Amino acid sequence: MRGRTVPKTLAEKVYEAHVVRSTAGEPDLLYIDLHLVHEVTSPQAFDGLRSAGRTVRRPDLTMATEDHNVPTLDILSPIADPVSRAQIEALRSNAAEFGIRLAPMGDRDQGIVHVIGPQLGLTQPGMTIVCGDSHTSTHGAFGALAFGIGTSEVEHVLATQTLPQYAPKQMAVTVEGELPAGVSSKDVILAVIAEIGTNGAQGHVIEYRGSAIEALSMEARMTICNMSIEAGAKAGLIAPDRTTFDFLQGRPHAPQGADWDAAVEHWQTLRTDEGAVFDREVVLDASTLTPFVTWGTNPGQGLPIDGIVPDPADFADEGERRAAEQALAYMGLEPGTPLREIEVDTVFLGSCTNGRIEDLRIAAELLRGKRIDADTRMLVVPGSVGVKAQAEAEGLDRVFLDAGAEWRGAGCSMCLGMNPDQLKPGERSASTSNRNFQGRQGKGGRTHLVSPSVAAATALTGKLTAPADLTPAAPAVV
Amino acid sequence: MDAFTTHTGTAAPLRRSNVDTDQIIPAEYLKRITRTGFADGLFKAWRTNEPDFVLNQPQYADASVLVAGPDFGTGSSREHAVWALKDGGFRVVISSRFADIFRNNSTKDGLLTVVLPQADVEALWARIEADPATPVTVDLQAKLVSYADVTVPFDVDDYTRWRLLEGLDDVGLTERNLDDIAAFEATRPAWLPTALPAI
Ligand code: SF4
Repeated sequence: MRGRTVPKTLAEKVYEAHVVRSTAGEPDLLYIDLHLVHEVTSPQAFDGLRSAGRTVRRPDLTMATEDHNVPTLDILSPIADPVSRAQIEALRSNAAEFGIRLAPMGDRDQGIVHVIGPQLGLTQPGMTIVCGDSHTSTHGAFGALAFGIGTSEVEHVLATQTLPQYAPKQMAVTVEGELPAGVSSKDVILAVIAEIGTNGAQGHVIEYRGSAIEALSMEARMTICNMSIEAGAKAGLIAPDRTTFDFLQGRPHAPQGADWDAAVEHWQTLRTDEGAVFDREVVLDASTLTPFVTWGTNPGQGLPIDGIVPDPADFADEGERRAAEQALAYMGLEPGTPLREIEVDTVFLGSCTNGRIEDLRIAAELLRGKRIDADTRMLVVPGSVGVKAQAEAEGLDRVFLDAGAEWRGAGCSMCLGMNPDQLKPGERSASTSNRNFQGRQGKGGRTHLVSPSVAAATALTGKLTAPADLTPAAPAVV
Repeated sequence: MDAFTTHTGTAAPLRRSNVDTDQIIPAEYLKRITRTGFADGLFKAWRTNEPDFVLNQPQYADASVLVAGPDFGTGSSREHAVWALKDGGFRVVISSRFADIFRNNSTKDGLLTVVLPQADVEALWARIEADPATPVTVDLQAKLVSYADVTVPFDVDDYTRWRLLEGLDDVGLTERNLDDIAAFEATRPAWLPTALPAI
């Protein structure tokens, strides 16, 4: 007689399907279906291979791109910064030497590593995906188990296509109901992180579920999964459904014909079983959410835009109080200041969190026919060359330029300021990226994390602004 | 990888929570393509902007054990954070909670991350602030942190401990299982994507 099967979560199913070897007292050996590589975290890994006389086991399951260092202006000239240039050149010679496909600057497939995987259809449900980058969790939006790794692990995957792993714990974040107009998936994830803290999901894979999640587009799902790491999670994922399949169909590396049918049949099994047990569960009511902005220097220090800068004295926990004091000193903010009164110098629309076509469309809709605030600069950086081309085909570049924003080439740009796009000391930004750490966008720069629609509204007024604050009433955005 | 068995040195109290890897080593240093030479970037902004930052104080200049607040190493996956701490003379970081990727990276480079309850961290802070010359011993064999007359046990999984004690490199260990990897590869569905050839 067959025993009853234990109900499993989606993440457990994907994990178990990739265990190459499992031995008591040792980590499991997990097979990796796709390894994404960029210039910053890979040079030392390739050096390690070379000095040990090793090769790349599966160049065909490896894809490299240039993103973190790339200038967003004048991209076809050699990079001016010699150190950045050397790093890009190292990637080019490593890719050539080890037979890895590379999308270099100027290539139609170049872009932020987490934007191009889905765009090319390389990211598919049920896969294991790693990259030497913490925001690899983005790919979980397709129902893949995707997580960031360090350079030693990059070397390990290059050499063996596997990683030693321990099974992660399971967490569910359920968002039911309908998001109000002007509230986006960025607001959802900022609210989740503020609720559970930057360590709330440590050691866990988060599965996002519920009617509000199911209603989201793939772009919006990627935004949520992207920031799982900001809650300390190992990964974040969403069960694949019709929205996922429709997004993938016809993409360059998506299966075709009979393969497509076989793949979809398998993908439809990728759901958490009824009765599966999560180690932790969080439930949110979508209808109560509002645009969310951060006031501090970690992504958990955020509030609804209706709020005021908190008073550190109000934090009961001593550690949190000290963290709030340090954050406010760095951010140059006074307790009690309404968040809507905070003036910004720069608005950054882009990054692997919010640099996809839907993000640009949402922002452009709010800017169409208007001019941004005279004292505010706005940088629009598409997440990939593909996103840039699509936006230009739709005329969005004109909308941004006519509004007074700058339209740039594709890359990470001001998300981390490894290229010339940086804040100056004391400058303040509203940024659609994922980290408001001290100095993240340039030495002494101050970052408020926002959604694309808040970014656009803020660019128009020069102060943190919700789209609904604009007069005449802004068109409804999702 | 450098083996880690036991280490004795002085300790520096870093009374901050959520120390992210952008603070440990800022992005501008990540352009380097070597695995060493990151000491000058370690905690660069705090060292530059805060004259009384703990690592600017002469009594902690030679510390090799960093005792930090909760959630150390959040943020970016940059292993450069581990390299910078090692280049800066640290062999051990103690905290009540570490971010997963940082902790994982540390085990690949022989930097020992020790999780102690926050109350034990506070006690250690108090001691090393009162007497910065206090030697702190971290014994991986016995899984004990000891200083003055205090001894605190810590937990580490047996496999990681064995690897660190032996200084073993993961790739070499995995290569013993190449047959299993090849057998697994033979079962992968044909429709799974490949990056090559480019389409
Ligand atoms: S856009 Fe920002 S977060 Fe995303 S990969 Fe680039 S640097 Fe990292």
